Parts: sequence; C-alpha cells; structure tokens
Amino acid sequence: MEVTAQPLVARGRGSSIWGWRLRDQLILLAAWGAGIALCLIAGAIVIYMGVRGFQFLRPDLLVTHPQAGVDQNGAGGFLDPLVGTAVLTLIGIAIALPLGVCAAAWIVEYGQGGRARQTLARLVESSIEIVAGTPDIVIAIFGLAVFQLGLLGPLSSRSESGVVTGHSFIAAGATMSLIALPPLFAATREGLQAVPVQVREAAFALGKTRIATIRRVLIPSVRSSIATGTTLGISRIVGDTAIVIVVLAEGAPRNEPVGSMPILDSLRGTGSALTSFVYGNSPAGEGNSPTKAYAAAFVLLLFILVLNGIVGLIARAHVRSSGFDAGAGQL
Amino acid sequence: MDRTQIAPPIKAPLASLPAQTPPSRLARGRVDGGPLLARLRRPWSDRLANLALGTTSLLTCLTVGAMVALVAVRAWPTLTHNGLAWLGSGGEVDRQIEGMVATSNHPSASAYHVRAWPLLYGTLLSTGLALAVAVPFSLLSSIFIVEFAPKLVRKVISLLVRLLASVPSVIYGLVGIMVLVPFVGNHLVTIPEKRSLIGTVELTGASVGVAALILAVMITPIMVALISDALAAVPNAWREGALALGVHKLRATLAVSLRAIRPAIVAATALACARALGEAVMISMVSGSTSFAPNISHGPLTFLAEPVRTFASSIVDNHEGFGGAPALDSTLYSFALLLLFSAIVLSIGAYLIKLPLRRYQAVR
Repeated sequence: MEVTAQPLVARGRGSSIWGWRLRDQLILLAAWGAGIALCLIAGAIVIYMGVRGFQFLRPDLLVTHPQAGVDQNGAGGFLDPLVGTAVLTLIGIAIALPLGVCAAAWIVEYGQGGRARQTLARLVESSIEIVAGTPDIVIAIFGLAVFQLGLLGPLSSRSESGVVTGHSFIAAGATMSLIALPPLFAATREGLQAVPVQVREAAFALGKTRIATIRRVLIPSVRSSIATGTTLGISRIVGDTAIVIVVLAEGAPRNEPVGSMPILDSLRGTGSALTSFVYGNSPAGEGNSPTKAYAAAFVLLLFILVLNGIVGLIARAHVRSSGFDAGAGQL
Repeated sequence: MDRTQIAPPIKAPLASLPAQTPPSRLARGRVDGGPLLARLRRPWSDRLANLALGTTSLLTCLTVGAMVALVAVRAWPTLTHNGLAWLGSGGEVDRQIEGMVATSNHPSASAYHVRAWPLLYGTLLSTGLALAVAVPFSLLSSIFIVEFAPKLVRKVISLLVRLLASVPSVIYGLVGIMVLVPFVGNHLVTIPEKRSLIGTVELTGASVGVAALILAVMITPIMVALISDALAAVPNAWREGALALGVHKLRATLAVSLRAIRPAIVAATALACARALGEAVMISMVSGSTSFAPNISHGPLTFLAEPVRTFASSIVDNHEGFGGAPALDSTLYSFALLLLFSAIVLSIGAYLIKLPLRRYQAVR
C-alpha cells in the first residue's frame, strides 16, 4: 500500500529546479535575467522619451515653422519636418507599393513555370534580400549618385553655381522606396503563399485566367498582408535618418521650393523630416536645442508606436476573419 | 503540385466575354473612363500580364545591379590611386579627408591619398564589441521566451522586441548623446584618466563603449526574432525524446534544440553583424566622431571610453561635402562600396549557412 502512494513517474534529479546542477541554475537565472532586462530596456526607452516629450512638447510646436535662432524657446516649431516626413512617406510608398506587390505576385503566380522563370524568380528574390541587408547609408548615397546624373537633373535642386546637387523631396522619396520595398514584398509574398491552392483551382475551374485570378481573387484575399507590409514600409521610411540627411540635405530646417510653381517646385526643393530635425537639433547637429529634439523625437516615437499597433491590429483582425494566417506578424 | 498544370486548358468563354463586346459600351457607362482606362479594365491576356509583372520584378534586379555598379564606378578613382594601401595605416584619416574638401575639380593623384585603417579598426571594434554583448544576451532571452516564459510574459516580450526593432536609430542616438554620454563623461571617466590622455584625445564620454552598448541594444531584437523563431520550430518530439531520457528542460534545450538551430544562430549573427557595420547615424552621434584608434594599453576602462569613427559614420559626418570635390566624393563612395560588399557577403553567407536547416522540414 505504501508503494502506490508514490507518484507513477519517479521524481528524478531533473524534476525540480533545486535538484539541478549549479551551472544549470545559473544559466536559467541568466535567461530570466536577459528576458527581464529586454523588457526593462524597451520600457525605459519608451518611458524616458514619454516623460521628456510631455515635458517639452507644446502644441504650438506642431504648427509653427522652424526658425534659425539662438533662443531655444522662441525659435519656432517643426511644422516643416512633419510635412516633409509625410511627403517622403507618400512618395516612397507610391513607388514601393506597386513594385512590391507586382514582384510578389509575379514570383508566386508566374515564377514557378519553366527553368528560366525559376532562375529569374530566384534572382529577384535574392536581389530584394540584398536590398534588405544593405545599410541605409549606402542606399542613401546610391540615391544621391543616381539623382546627380545629368539626365535626372530637373528632379532636384541646383547649387548656386548651377551644379545638380541631387537634393530634393523626389530624390529622397524615391530612395526611400528602396527601404520600404523589402517588408512590402515579403509580406505580400507570404500572404500569397498562404492562400490555399484550392482557391486558385476554383478560379481556374470557373474559366478565369491567371491574371484575372490574381486581380479578382488573390489580391483581395491578401489585402491584409499588403496592408501589413505597407505599414512596416511606412515605419521604415518614417524612422530613417541617413537618407534624409544625405539626400534631402539636413542643413535646411525649412522646406524650400526651388521655384514658384506650387507643388512641383516644392517637391524639387530641399527640406527636412522629423528624423533629420532630431539629428540637427541634438548636440551632434548644428541647431543644438535638445528640448526641441526631444519633442520631435517624442512625436516620431508616437508615430512608430501607432504604426506598430496598426500592424498588430491588422494581424489580429485577419486571423479572426479568415481561416489561414497570411504571414502578417513578421518584423 | 505544379500550378502550371492547373492553368485553364481552354480559352474560357466567361473571361473573354467582355473582350468581345465593343469597347465603347464598356467605356460609356463610366464617367472617368477614357479609352486607355477602358482598355486597362478589360481582362488582360496572361501573356501580357506575365510580361508586365515580370518586367516590374526585373526592375528590382536592375536597381541592385545599378547600385553596385554606380557605387563601384564612383569609388574607382580612390581605389586605383591608393591600391591596397587604402586600408593600411599612415597619417590621420580625418585630416586627409578634410584636406580633400579644398582639392580642385580635376584632382591630381595625390589628392586621393587616404589611409583608412583607423576607420576599419573602429568599425570592426564597435561591431565586435556589440556582437560580444548581443549574441549571448539574445541567446539567453530567446531561450527564456520560447522555453520558460509564462504565456502572458511571452506575449509582452515579443511585443517589446518588435518595438525595439522599429525604434529609429536617431532616437537611440538621442538617448545616447543626452543620457549615456554625459553619464560616462562625468561619472565613469575619472579626472586622472582624462589628464593622462591630454594632448592625445579628449575623453568626453562619447566613446566606443557607449556606441557598442547602444548598437547591442539595436541588434538584439533582430537576433532574438530570428533565433526564437528557429527555436520554436524545433520539432517537439526531439525535445520530448531528450526529456524522456531523463534530463531536465534546460539541458534538453541546450543539448538538443540549441544544437539543432546552430546554423540559424550563425545566420542571425551574420545579419546582425551586417546591420551593425552599416549603422551610421547613431554612431555618428555618440562615438565622438574622431578617427582615434582606441588603445587597449591605456587600460580596459579608458579603452572603452575613447572615441572612435566608423566607415558609415564618417559618410554621415562628411555628407555636406558631397558634390564639392571629386576626391572627397570618391573616398566616401569607396567606404560605401566596402560596406555594400560586406553586407552582400554577409547576407549570402547567412543564406548558405541556413541551407542545411531546410532538410528538417519543421525548422525553417
């Protein structure tokens, strides 16, 4: 009778942490420590920026133009950088979205047939992977080099001596599209790959062509993946500093059109974005007014947090609404 | 399941029906439909669609090709004039680069003179230190996230990891330059240390140590995401097999799971390394932007407090000179070429290393 009182599975050395070897206990402790430290670091950054933001952000900063001035409190706000960030995002996404979706659709739907197509598909995939791994500073000076070519001169501003500088919103936005492309492409491709093959077969059986299937069936069903990719792309563009500093010229805090034509000349002109404003006003830059840098950085972080939240919401809504998870939660 | 075999065998009557109706009838119903728009609205033929989409995809390949080619062409004068000595040591690289601003539009061969060793050393040092902190840290936290964390904690951490990954580098730089740099400069670096290096370099707190620490925080989320994905994909049966043999959970993780995903760990490290090599803005903000080569013989703590400059940060620091002097341009493009080259090698390397993992179906 005493024997049956024992649990069926013998309690060995491995069942309780206290029976573990000291080294294993230490490793476990370190793992817990690392996990908690990760939370603390993330929390500390957000809380610190939040405190500084509430301390220094005044509503009028958001609606006044920046001015060069010694006095930190009186020298204008960051309306221009806000507009600049929005413009860059629009241009970047306008280029990256069709490019990414078309490339993903072609690779998944057409890239399988035949050896030549397969090779080309692999080539496209790996070149996008290379873009994803390229440092943004390299992409930035590549963009500068492209828009300094004489042929593309009309798209950017000129220096006093008439040399094409390659600095403009169009140039910076087009360069930005390169860093938004990889997440957009990856999200769309994973979404398409997750659509069950029966869906395509059903469409084909109804007599739809392949492209009609893509346009009427597949793209609508991966809309949430495309939205996720777009959001990730936007958060890349909003957060990128190197391209803004190099291609849009950080020197000018105000957005300066090159001529008098209302929209086009502003797009051809130089300006600033939130990131370059933060850089320029930190002690590393020329403005050196940290309070405004904090305020702008807080707004920037808010954007990023909101975009992150949107990604999470899309993923959750999508999993709920459809049976298959279309690869919506990747970094 | 080859999808090509499923392609519609007959020209489907339903799909081609609108094409047979006159285009004017299609266009008439719509207010904005010009003839071009109406033609686009009609069903495309598959051949045309294949061509159109394929050309668009090809555009990305061409862009990457153009990137490598253009950067290489712009870097070429510096590389030919300096040869392999380009990476050697000699003179102060900051002075050499500053001197180029004043050179003419048609520089002589001597204008291209640059010896980039301090920058290479700075890049390798900051990346190496960051990896030395980030690799064990992200391994431990991945194990924690996948194996030990309670469900709620796991959710919170993966949220925070994603957040850390998307915080812009300029915000990391701002926190670094406003908080960590003054802290190091005022509290960690002692006055005798500052005095001992007078005339050599000024210890303000902007240093390789701060840069590497923030860099580690920046690359950890990338590694954690990749490693914990791989760890979670290890077949459960393998873990259970180990447990059934009588080892405890941590031993099973270390001996089975971690061993199975070794290629994924190396690949994650390579990708994080590429990211760290190319980080420009944050390093330019917190590292002091002086091409000083930190010297370990000054003592380990002083060593970490010495300023440094990397390839990427020197491009950012000199961005205002672009377009002014060809010699300076070419030098900066040569730095970029080196970064681009190492990024490509690292991402191809990561891909090749992960290939064996595809053999196990479950481990992606």
